[in-house]
Amino acid sequence: MKLRSILATDCGSTTTKAILIEYVDGEYRLTYRGEAPTTVEAPFEDVTRGVLNAAMEVEELSGRKILDDDSIITPQKGDSGVDIYISTSSAGGGLQMMVAGVVKSMSGESAERAALGAGSIVMDVLASNDGRKPHEKITRIRQLRPDMILLSGGVDGGTTKHVVELAEILAAANPQPRLGQDYKLPVIYAGNNKATSDIEKTLSDLTDLDVTENIRPVLEKENLKPSRDKIHDLFMEHVMQQAPGYKKLMSWTDAPIMPTPGAVGALIEMVAKKENISVVGVDIGGATTDIFSVFQEQFNRTVSANLGMSYSICNVLAEASLSNVLRWVPFDIDEKELTNRIGNKMIRPTTVPQSLEELVIEQAIAREALRLSFVQHKAFAVNLKGVQKERTISDAFEQSDSGQSLVDMMELDLIVGSGGVLSHAPRREQSAKMLIDSFLPEGITSLAVDSIFMMPQLGVMANIDKKSIAEEARVAALEVFEKDCLIRLGTCVAPVGSMSKSEVPLKINLEFKNGEKKSIDLQSGELIRVEVGYEEVKAELIPAKGINVGAGKGEKIDTIIFGGQVGLIFDGRGRPLDVGSDPNERISNLKKWASALNEYPELKE
Amino acid sequence: MAHSYTPGLKVLKNTKILKERRLPLKGSVSASIGSEVKPDEIIARTDLPGNVQMVNVANLLNVDASDVKQVMLMDIGSKIDKNDLLAETKGLFGFFKSNVKSPVAGTVESISDVTGQVVIREAPLPVEIDAYIQGSVDEIIENEGVVIKSKGAFIQGIFGVGGESRGKIKVLASSRDSELTAEMITSDHEGMILVGGNFISLDAYKKALACNVAGVVVGGFNYYDLEEVLGYTLGVAITGSEDLVTSLVVTEGYGKIQMGQQTYDLLSESNGRLASINGATQIRAGVIRPEIIIPISDASKNGNENKTEKITGMTDGSTVRVIRSPNFGKIGIVKELPAELRKMESETMVRVAIIDIDGKQFEIPRSNLEVVEID
Repeated sequence: MKLRSILATDCGSTTTKAILIEYVDGEYRLTYRGEAPTTVEAPFEDVTRGVLNAAMEVEELSGRKILDDDSIITPQKGDSGVDIYISTSSAGGGLQMMVAGVVKSMSGESAERAALGAGSIVMDVLASNDGRKPHEKITRIRQLRPDMILLSGGVDGGTTKHVVELAEILAAANPQPRLGQDYKLPVIYAGNNKATSDIEKTLSDLTDLDVTENIRPVLEKENLKPSRDKIHDLFMEHVMQQAPGYKKLMSWTDAPIMPTPGAVGALIEMVAKKENISVVGVDIGGATTDIFSVFQEQFNRTVSANLGMSYSICNVLAEASLSNVLRWVPFDIDEKELTNRIGNKMIRPTTVPQSLEELVIEQAIAREALRLSFVQHKAFAVNLKGVQKERTISDAFEQSDSGQSLVDMMELDLIVGSGGVLSHAPRREQSAKMLIDSFLPEGITSLAVDSIFMMPQLGVMANIDKKSIAEEARVAALEVFEKDCLIRLGTCVAPVGSMSKSEVPLKINLEFKNGEKKSIDLQSGELIRVEVGYEEVKAELIPAKGINVGAGKGEKIDTIIFGGQVGLIFDGRGRPLDVGSDPNERISNLKKWASALNEYPELKE
Repeated sequence: MAHSYTPGLKVLKNTKILKERRLPLKGSVSASIGSEVKPDEIIARTDLPGNVQMVNVANLLNVDASDVKQVMLMDIGSKIDKNDLLAETKGLFGFFKSNVKSPVAGTVESISDVTGQVVIREAPLPVEIDAYIQGSVDEIIENEGVVIKSKGAFIQGIFGVGGESRGKIKVLASSRDSELTAEMITSDHEGMILVGGNFISLDAYKKALACNVAGVVVGGFNYYDLEEVLGYTLGVAITGSEDLVTSLVVTEGYGKIQMGQQTYDLLSESNGRLASINGATQIRAGVIRPEIIIPISDASKNGNENKTEKITGMTDGSTVRVIRSPNFGKIGIVKELPAELRKMESETMVRVAIIDIDGKQFEIPRSNLEVVEID
């Protein structure tokens, strides 16, 4: 069944965004969007108010009647209403979970992966071997007040003692849910099936216990999907029910409401699978930065809970150190004044940079927030599979921090950035440069930004269960993702190796669609931009001896690359990137690179 | 249309103040509706469940977890003192007994025959809530707390540290753009709330702490000095639980910024009056700002209470404060609100307001302006 129209909303902590997708001229396109402040808190305390306001804006812009009094008309009748309505939500701080496993690096890590994959924020990982005494764990559980707890541990049929001990600690803490005093805290048990009856005996009176398949049924197998699904179910059934107005909202939607990051992850996973590529997606917000990746067909998500551009901007400064932020600032600035300015952004989070100097400083901080989040992601995205993986016993013992990171920058094909500082940078060149400086892609990597952050809505669309519309909604989600969601910035080509030893680390021969040809000698420390739109460009990349651009040291590559709003960027600065330790050298380098990309044309010399 | 302006901080001279005073857990409320309360008066109390100690009796006595119940000397629910015998093995013909003593005084809460753990819960911890402000009880929240009603001045700061406190207001700064220095603070100011102008240095704040000053209200403080006050780098603005004698309320922001005229004038008029202060700040969804509440005592109630509590948006003629550089901290009057987006020096396209500051006109992003809410 072709869907004629789809309305999708994303209820964020501050803004509710609505998009209208219509089937026009044989394709699905984003046609209108609207937004309104989220109304979860006083004085409204009803999320649907914000949803209706955002939908009303779409209605006004499109001239299509979508609302009938205080409800959304579905399915479409004639020219009014929409065929389906769906929504995601991160209002009220999203889904906050605590997970527990017997061995921190085994079931603990698997539980954390399941919770993160489902789109939650993991507040803490409890484990029998985490070094804390029982009473310390109990105090911690009481302090945190999570929305939900995932308890796992032990292989099926194995020893039950440790996981029951964890359950006893939970029972002694008698955790209270964060929202609402009148319901029991949902606890999911996904551990050793032999311990189920003991777990039930210990926890079923005190909590709302749900049992699902073991997350680690045998040592060498990880089975996250049942837990992830259960988290989504309980998020709907319990947590959302407590949030004001969600009961009503749930009755409107044609698919379950998903936590926003869960939906984004689902979309990125699907795109990577469809194109058979490795993808890194990032969403940098005011309070948190989410990173999603798919490498070797394995999906991972991390949330850096206190790295963001407004509420937690000072934490970026604290974690990155002032000198690391300053290394991206191409002018001298008094350090004390800089910290006060950053502090003021934290306490007035909605302000925007008016002067160019302020913008440069914000983008410098963004680079560090992205870099740190990616460091955390690389440490977490180790050699384990998101859904299910067969491994040998010897692999099973190598899954902690010592596990090989899946993130391989040379293998990476696409980086998608989203979040205000990336999506709304005044110049696309700035977004591209921020992505390159913080992620340091190697070899050939495409860069894109999400134009208006509609990945959450598209993620839910791609995951509708209802059989009659599932396939068509998936098609629509992918079409809109390609055509309207992604803004193609271009391609970054970054050779790696001992750059300074070669006079010309990379020779480049390009042939454009119009037949025009261009040859470039990329010098060490140089950044070159070739302006070309989103079209195929034939590229011959000839690295010097000892230099790798994707095919191995000194190996030539003939390939097709794509331009974009920024174009082709040849990055000869080497990896890791050294901006120069001497302030004068640093400032001169930064200015040179900024000018190569036309990043800050108004910046005074 | 979404509004982009920041709702302003309240600086209200004579307003109705409602303060919810709620226990963290259900308990008993001692105040009754209509009764007059003083700030220090206890209005509700409860007992928080005591801390829990877990003792692995099976391991300690080297018995199977399933046999733990047989060696236990205490049943579930029994009270136990520290070092009392908790469990004991039968030994061999009555000899070679091993035992486990209770590490704490409390109640035996559970005995597990799967893990051999015994849970002992310590005595409950009493928690009391006081009225915090002077006023009358307006509403009782059954078993949880009360709402206290008062009338008077209400001033919000932008950021603070330290929890609730109270004291008499003492204005020390000669003007809103002069600094509150260490020399001005003496031991005579113990228990008072000191008002400065544009800034307090770390040294001066330390002097206030040493003199047991109840609170300090100033325009600005240095962000990098917070680390020494708090003992950690403040990454996200969530404060209030610090154990500081002197609560600090910053009205404008970090750096040296003159205190808003209305704020300074109102505090000056209140010199010598009893006020309540709270530095607790939470800048997240569900924002909490630090505050100063100065109730008007019955004798001085003048009947001209301003009831206009409606929050209006930014309109022509609104008084606004610039909350980001350039012009940070300055107060101006809105002259025009152009509908179209304008390009800033940073090339950001934003909705702006044309405002008049000291006779000069400036184009400033609306999100960098704050409506000054005054009555």
